Amino acid sequence: MADYKDIQKNITPYDDKTYGTMIPGPFQRFLRTCKIWQFIRFIIINLKMLAVVSKSHH
Amino acid sequence: MARIVVLGAGVSGHTAATFAKHWLGDKHEVVVVSPNSKWNWIPSNIWVGVGEMKPEDVIFELAPVYKKAGIDFRQAKAVSIHPEGKEGSDRPFVTIEYTDPNKKGQTEEVEYDYLINATGPKLNFAATPGLGPDEGNSLSVCTYQHAAEANNHFQNAIERMKKGEKVKFLIGTGHGMCTCQGAAFEYIFNIEHELREAGVRDKAEIKWISNEQFLGDFGVAGLHIKWGGHIVSSKVLAESLFAERGVDWITGAHVKEVQKGKLQYELLDGTEGEETFDFAMLIPPFSGVGLKAYDKAGNDITDKVFAPNGFMKVDADYTPKPFEEWKASDWPKYYQNPDYANIFAVGIAFAPPHPISKPAKSVNGTPITPAPPRTGMPSGIIGKTVARTVCDVIEGKYSLEEVKEKGHHASMAEMGAACVASTGKSIWNGSAVALTVYPVVPDYDRFPGTGRDPEYTFGEIGLAGHWIKHILHYMFMWKAQLKPGWTLIPE
Ligand SMILES: Cc1cc2nc3c(=O)[nH]c(=O)nc-3n(C[C@H](O)[C@H](O)[C@H](O)COP(=O)(O)OP(=O)(O)OC[C@H]3O[C@@H](n4cnc5c(N)ncnc54)[C@H](O)[C@@H]3O)c2cc1C
Repeated sequence: MADYKDIQKNITPYDDKTYGTMIPGPFQRFLRTCKIWQFIRFIIINLKMLAVVSKSHH
Repeated sequence: MARIVVLGAGVSGHTAATFAKHWLGDKHEVVVVSPNSKWNWIPSNIWVGVGEMKPEDVIFELAPVYKKAGIDFRQAKAVSIHPEGKEGSDRPFVTIEYTDPNKKGQTEEVEYDYLINATGPKLNFAATPGLGPDEGNSLSVCTYQHAAEANNHFQNAIERMKKGEKVKFLIGTGHGMCTCQGAAFEYIFNIEHELREAGVRDKAEIKWISNEQFLGDFGVAGLHIKWGGHIVSSKVLAESLFAERGVDWITGAHVKEVQKGKLQYELLDGTEGEETFDFAMLIPPFSGVGLKAYDKAGNDITDKVFAPNGFMKVDADYTPKPFEEWKASDWPKYYQNPDYANIFAVGIAFAPPHPISKPAKSVNGTPITPAPPRTGMPSGIIGKTVARTVCDVIEGKYSLEEVKEKGHHASMAEMGAACVASTGKSIWNGSAVALTVYPVVPDYDRFPGTGRDPEYTFGEIGLAGHWIKHILHYMFMWKAQLKPGWTLIPE
């Protein structure tokens, strides 16, 4: 798992782009490819998308 | 027997034609005029462009599918519309020119009772000198052929990097008035992902260049989602992803010229700059495909039927007005031409009343504003909705004049969109940004501040998004081929 030191390397002090943003930490990154968590998100995202689709047909 | 003629067999036209035929059966005729023999699931061209799919994975032959459905397919391009007919006949018609190799160049007049224009965009590479793969110096992923060519260059670049060479990638939009930033966004992150997988990421410099005023505008004025207990702008989320993946960016840029290995651009603050590149994929601006229109006497009425950008006028409010006065109700609901009630325009072919993003000009007066995107889901929904309306009229439920009271409607200001933007293709390591936005066109009266409903506007990045994108590929290829259960798959 990447650590915070590794993640910080893309930030440059006082750079108007990278200094003003947020970078996901190791746990966030882990969750993004964690199969069990992503399977749960898969179900939830599908349900959310179906809700938007059903609101869009008139 | 009524005849519906559909121009274009892309997402919108194919949806309209297949549903119309499905609902009407053999009692009425559906004719499709489209210049390509193949249907292309354009979103997956991104994966063709990085070698993760082959062109044959994203296309199929249209003729057998239309034969099975009972649709009369003419492999031809529409050239002109004659909504009043001609001397001696009141029957409206379109003039088409065959691209079918057996009849190439032959022209024909195809009469219609109802016309659905779904001709999509012309890829207007000529708007920027040196832009595009055919006569220019940049690549494209807008067609499957372009994407296959981009992949050849990409594989070549990987080989060079494996030998220790540094390669600079420049990806984004090739003009100040482009749309479809989402496609370029997907491509840049697929490139980044593939380079990491190939173990050569350290040899690559990857840079984004676009006409958006801020990163994450996407031509829809950005969006805000609930995230970690806050309402967060897509600007922050996009910047976060670019910084995380070590991708630099230039925004508010109008690309003025693309030369071999370098391009010149102008920024909103009027400054000019130059970027060098080894590999550039730049989306072109879109315009209408250049259909002409003539009245009964043969006078050119193209300006009456089409907006100056070549897209067809429909029931939108085209009165020019400043951004502060834009209303959700400016957007069309029925897609019916105001002068000729039996003509409709769907998908990208209709003229939007104004951009969705706030217009901007450089201090030198150069417009630098994303044009409004009309992604797959709205294009599909609009195509199906108009087909339903036309079928209702044919079945006598109401007349063409009553469409605006009784017809089915699909305003982009009342419609949401589900978008899945791939950021790397791999079953276990891939990711995509899965997002929904509701409504597509912000309604600042209903939802002050962000213009969108926070309950139905959300987004997140992860492997689940990739799974959805991959499944959608197969679902839409299945649906478009009218395989069993196709009507149950939502647009
Ligand atoms: C690279 C790329 C990636 C994309 N990714 C996504 C995505 O992930 N999700 C998403 O929702 N959307 C995506 N889009 C947008 C999506 O492709 C469009 O919304 C959709 O294709 C628009 O449908 P359409 O029917 O209006 O136009 P098209 O699909 O372009 O179809 C137009 C049709 O008209 C035909 N035609 C052209 N000229 C004529 C003529 N003179 N006469 C008759 N026919 C003619 C064309 O051959 C074509 O068949 C992407 C677009 C691109 C370029």
